[in-house]
Amino acid sequence: MTLKNIVINNLRRRKARAVFVLVGLLIGVATVIGLISLVQEMKKDINHKLEMYGANILIVPKTENLSLTYGGMSLGGFSFDMQEIRQEEVAKIKTIKNAANVAAVGPMVLGPVTVGGHRILMAGIDFTAAQILRPWWSVKGKFPAGEDGVIIGADAARIIGLKPGDKVILRGRALPVTGVLEATGSQDDGLIFAPLAVAQGILGKQGRISMVEVAALCSGCPIPEMVKQISAVLPSGNVMAIQQVVKGRMETIGHFQKFSYGVSALVLLVGCLMVLVTMMGSVRERTIEIGIFRAMGYRKSHVLRIILLEAGIVAAVAGIAGYFAGVGATALLLPLFTQGQGHGAVSLDPVMAAAAFLASIILGIAASLYPALMASRLDPNEALRAL
Amino acid sequence: MSYIDAKKLIKEYGAGEATVTAVGGVNLRINAGEFVAVMGESGSGKSTLLSMLGGLNAPTSGSFLVDGVDVYALTSDGRADFRKKSIGFVFQNFHLLPYLTLAENVMLPLAIVKMSKKEKLAAAIDALARVGLSGKAHRLPNQISGGEQERVAIARAVVNHPPIILADEPTGNLDTHTGSEIMKLLTALNREGITVIMVTHSNEYAHYARRLIRLSDGRVVDEGTKLRSPQSGKRRRTRGKKEERPK
Repeated sequence: MTLKNIVINNLRRRKARAVFVLVGLLIGVATVIGLISLVQEMKKDINHKLEMYGANILIVPKTENLSLTYGGMSLGGFSFDMQEIRQEEVAKIKTIKNAANVAAVGPMVLGPVTVGGHRILMAGIDFTAAQILRPWWSVKGKFPAGEDGVIIGADAARIIGLKPGDKVILRGRALPVTGVLEATGSQDDGLIFAPLAVAQGILGKQGRISMVEVAALCSGCPIPEMVKQISAVLPSGNVMAIQQVVKGRMETIGHFQKFSYGVSALVLLVGCLMVLVTMMGSVRERTIEIGIFRAMGYRKSHVLRIILLEAGIVAAVAGIAGYFAGVGATALLLPLFTQGQGHGAVSLDPVMAAAAFLASIILGIAASLYPALMASRLDPNEALRAL
Repeated sequence: MSYIDAKKLIKEYGAGEATVTAVGGVNLRINAGEFVAVMGESGSGKSTLLSMLGGLNAPTSGSFLVDGVDVYALTSDGRADFRKKSIGFVFQNFHLLPYLTLAENVMLPLAIVKMSKKEKLAAAIDALARVGLSGKAHRLPNQISGGEQERVAIARAVVNHPPIILADEPTGNLDTHTGSEIMKLLTALNREGITVIMVTHSNEYAHYARRLIRLSDGRVVDEGTKLRSPQSGKRRRTRGKKEERPK
């Protein structure tokens, strides 16, 4: 028989109160774990979706141009020192420290051509990379196989009167139209897209690149860092991050995260109050028992240890059960928050489990400290009454 | 010098005009191995006196020495240690913990003593055997009679071999036959050398003691040594003092 045996036997044979304390802490821990897991999974899901938004880093040649575009009206521009990126330099992007975060690199050459009496901008691209960089593209027809063929933007096809299967003549070179893009609402609608090498040949820009689009995986989003790394390997390029979307999405998640932490703190506070009230009731109910302990020679510290040990054991169980309840709740709720497109299963995190376990014990003991002190300071003579 | 030596013990509750004197200057000397019964009407201060003798209730004034140690000069922990080593309490309402078996209840005073599990269990079984309950060690308190619960309370009081037992109305909730059994048990423990101080309302049970102290309004009004013969029921006062005299 030790103090631990007294506590365990009390818990075993007075289950109702122990269950009440357990539920109070369990709900608190489960809510915190649930919300944290939910935020993490939502971040993962958003990151996954951001990858699908395409390019988030843009590389253009360094220039001294002043833009003469305002309100969608282009007034032309003066190019004082236009450089172009050499195609062999583009491969260096794959050598940066965060190369693993690079999902696709899309070099592009741009130049005007005349088709059917209409001046149109032609873009030479890598169609394989384009399908990653522009996942929203939907093509009536198909992408050009090899070097033979072009696809045309919806507006360009309508104005020029082209459809899949037609032929276009670009600076004397006849190419089949393999597909027409569905309207995207972007500049792509007015362009004609040809394989990179074909376009370079037609535009007389062999080995030269007008701009490069890069899709970076957004886990952890080290975009600014990647911009620096790419700038270092591509000194001739002006590397820019398209961060607005990422920032916007992350801000939304950040707000939700703050809200989650607020709710978690509130639920934990309520849980702690439940523990406090229950333990106060327990101490009052056990007044005579405490008097007996003191009459037998138990010190104040022994009584304190009995109450805190009891709270600690219940809190430890609540911590473990709360963790699994929280993760379970996240698994159930995640599809609702991600429109049924949850990115993979909710994973068990040993670090978070350990944190939940320890936090629950600390909170349980902290909430029981006042009742425990109250118990230890009980006047044994008053407590016994019978004497 | 007596084993238990109380001088001018006063216990007052409240303050000012509302002050109530529960014990009003009691002098008491009890030798080791005595069996003393404390009697008195309700509110006469006998339970307050017993709690003061148990180191649970600090007097307003006066001194209380056990084996030469001034109990109320000790710290809170010091008094707890004094109770652990020197006092075994037996309560009227038994006060067994309902969630512990009889053996576990008896082992309660040993939970704060450095002993092996086996030694503690052996001591509890031995104490239960002394009160005739060795076969019921693993039952819960609600599975035995009131008399048996009082026996368990006595076993718990003696398990760590204290030199003093303080019993507060140990027969108060028992029928006459069971009460007599409990008194025989306390007498047997007293014969083993344990000092027994018992509060009781019953003249019949008080006569198991060798000395009777009668309290009224917090003062000793009669103190005498009695010889008794539980078998014959004959008893006579050999020495007595009406009204308390300072010692």
